[in-house]
Amino acid sequence: MKKPMIFSEFFRNNGKLMGSILFFLVAFWIIFLILLPQLSMLDYSFRYNLPPAEVGGPKDVYTLRNYRFLVKGPEGASDAFNYVDLAVFVRTILAAMAVTIMNLILCYPLAYFLGQSKGTGFVRLLVVMLIVPYWINEILRAFALRIIFGDVGVINGLMMQLGLIDQPYDFINADIALYAGLGYAYILLMLFPMYNVIESLDRNQIEAARDMGASWIRIHRRVVIPHAKPGIASGMTMVFMLSAGALAAPQVLGGTSSLWFTQLVYQRFNNTLDWPLGAAYAIVLLVASITIVLTFMKIFKVNMGDIGK
Amino acid sequence: MSSGVDVNLENIWIKFGDFVAVREANVNINGGEFFSFLGPSGCGKTTILRAVSGFLTPSEGRVLIGGKDMEGLGPNKRPTALIFQNLALFPLMKVWENITFSMEVKGASAAERRKRADELLDMIALPGQGDKLPSELSGGQKQRVAIARALCAQPDVLLLDEPLSALDLKLRQHMRTELREIQQRVGITFIYITHDQGEALTMSDSVAVMRAGIIDQIGDGNAVYDRPATPFVASFVGENNVFRGKITAINGDEALIATNRSGELRSKITPAAVGKLNVGDEAMMFVRPEMLQLGAGDAKSTITAKVVNEEFEGNSYSIYLEGDGGKQIKMAMPNLGTDPHRAKGETVSFSYDAHNAVVMPAGDLASE
Ligand SMILES: Nc1ncnc2c1ncn2[C@@H]1O[C@H](COP(=O)(O)OP(=O)(O)OP(=O)(O)O)[C@@H](O)[C@H]1O
Ligand SMILES: [Mg+2]
Repeated sequence: MKKPMIFSEFFRNNGKLMGSILFFLVAFWIIFLILLPQLSMLDYSFRYNLPPAEVGGPKDVYTLRNYRFLVKGPEGASDAFNYVDLAVFVRTILAAMAVTIMNLILCYPLAYFLGQSKGTGFVRLLVVMLIVPYWINEILRAFALRIIFGDVGVINGLMMQLGLIDQPYDFINADIALYAGLGYAYILLMLFPMYNVIESLDRNQIEAARDMGASWIRIHRRVVIPHAKPGIASGMTMVFMLSAGALAAPQVLGGTSSLWFTQLVYQRFNNTLDWPLGAAYAIVLLVASITIVLTFMKIFKVNMGDIGK
Repeated sequence: MSSGVDVNLENIWIKFGDFVAVREANVNINGGEFFSFLGPSGCGKTTILRAVSGFLTPSEGRVLIGGKDMEGLGPNKRPTALIFQNLALFPLMKVWENITFSMEVKGASAAERRKRADELLDMIALPGQGDKLPSELSGGQKQRVAIARALCAQPDVLLLDEPLSALDLKLRQHMRTELREIQQRVGITFIYITHDQGEALTMSDSVAVMRAGIIDQIGDGNAVYDRPATPFVASFVGENNVFRGKITAINGDEALIATNRSGELRSKITPAAVGKLNVGDEAMMFVRPEMLQLGAGDAKSTITAKVVNEEFEGNSYSIYLEGDGGKQIKMAMPNLGTDPHRAKGETVSFSYDAHNAVVMPAGDLASE
């Protein structure tokens, strides 16, 4: 038996009192912050949307109504499928993937530069400067981007000054502002895990590869990226999960015609006050995101255990 | 396998900002030679090696390999392979992939690489271990894999940066012999860096002794041990007893020194100092512990001193005597089984053969 061993060792190392406190805190975290909210959402998603008086009454039974709604649309609708919501769902997932990949491409060179220039004062300053914008609230940052990308914003102004365009370009409706905003919102979550692993890479390994004639591409492909894989994976996981689940940036920066799936969830909860339906939508997004992440981890042979490192 | 090529360093200076890490290095290394740079930590050994391998451009001077100026050529373009101080094996690649990385770079097929890896694994006495990861090997095995990886690139010059320093004493001594054998088998030029004088003396054809960026002496093991050029070399390479004093007479390659505590003593002048010493100069005379013997001899090569301590080491004794300015004189004697022990505080006379002592202008000693 392995588990009890772990526990007895844990208590031996930390003492009875401290061990109990730590144990209690972890249990509290898991039960109250992770399990209970998700379980209640799961429970909600299988129920009818009933007025408070009927909750617990004979009509309060489990149903697949909410999931059917996402796939098929309302009862008696003309279309065979709920094309509108499904399209939003697929677009959200694909866009979140695109944002993740965009962030990866942007962050890798930066993480490599920061990680391999080993803690000089200038580099430390750069890292701090990267964090500063995150002292500002996420919604404020989204509005700031909206202003910058707006018709009379800095970017349009500059491009018109330079004579590149003569009409302001509608960055908002082209979703460019949205992608920029989403990318910007979570870019540090991509950068830091990568920076950490790359910093731990022994410089001599890079030099050894170079000494043996390897090109820069090969050095990265064979030495740096394999070493950085856990960091890349955890960065990508976080950025993907958070982009797919983002609400502020799509609300503020999204074009009029494009909805983010989370906005649908939000509407179900807030506008149509159909909490069970909203819960079902949220569960579908969560399960889909987790499945996608696990699939990619399988494909790229990343272990769950490595990610925590 | 390619045969060794010459390596010449011509007037190399290497500066980091204002700090001069290497000063006016002129070194000629013959093809197929086992050449060592020997010096204390921080004296610029790695820096010189990096200039040879191309990771660093000297501030001044030229590096020639096989007669060709290496200026402007990166490490990937030079016929050298470097074994790093910490080996720098690729931890995520299997042993055979590590060994044949240089072939992978050139686009060799997996089958070819496997075959070559097996040959090299046989050579380093690790047959059938190709599918392990470096972390699954012992220290000495990793060491040998690093050598195989460097040799696989078929370099003309192999550069080794203290590759044995992480190993325990037994293994280190074993690997010395093994390295020397490998070098003789492949016949290429080895440039070896170490701060361990035993390592340098046992393995090398030639040794350059370095001190704080300056090369004090280049020569074979006997030359640096028996005929040191500077007080630093005399005190850094092996154990030595120093006697300070002033020159009172010079006769050809012999001199008389009025030592501070032991009266006038006779010594050979070290070859590098012949013609440079004058009567009245401050000088240092060195006699090795094993060159001293008990009993008075010629008056100008006899010393008397009090015994401080005696250590028995099985095959030999070390006798420590009161020396110059608080420093002890060490005398090493073979254990012949008949010798009586000496009491502490007893005054003894001992002597040496003037041919086995060297005198040179006073200078800095290696710190212990
Ligand atoms: N990139 C650098 N910038 C500034 N100074 C450096 C740099 N590289 C080395 N030095 C300095 O040059 C000197 C020689 O360093 P080097 O690494 O060559 O020593 P070493 O003889 O190899 O020592 P060790 O036996 O400890 O490895 C040291 O004083 C070191 O601080
Ligand atoms: Mg070094």
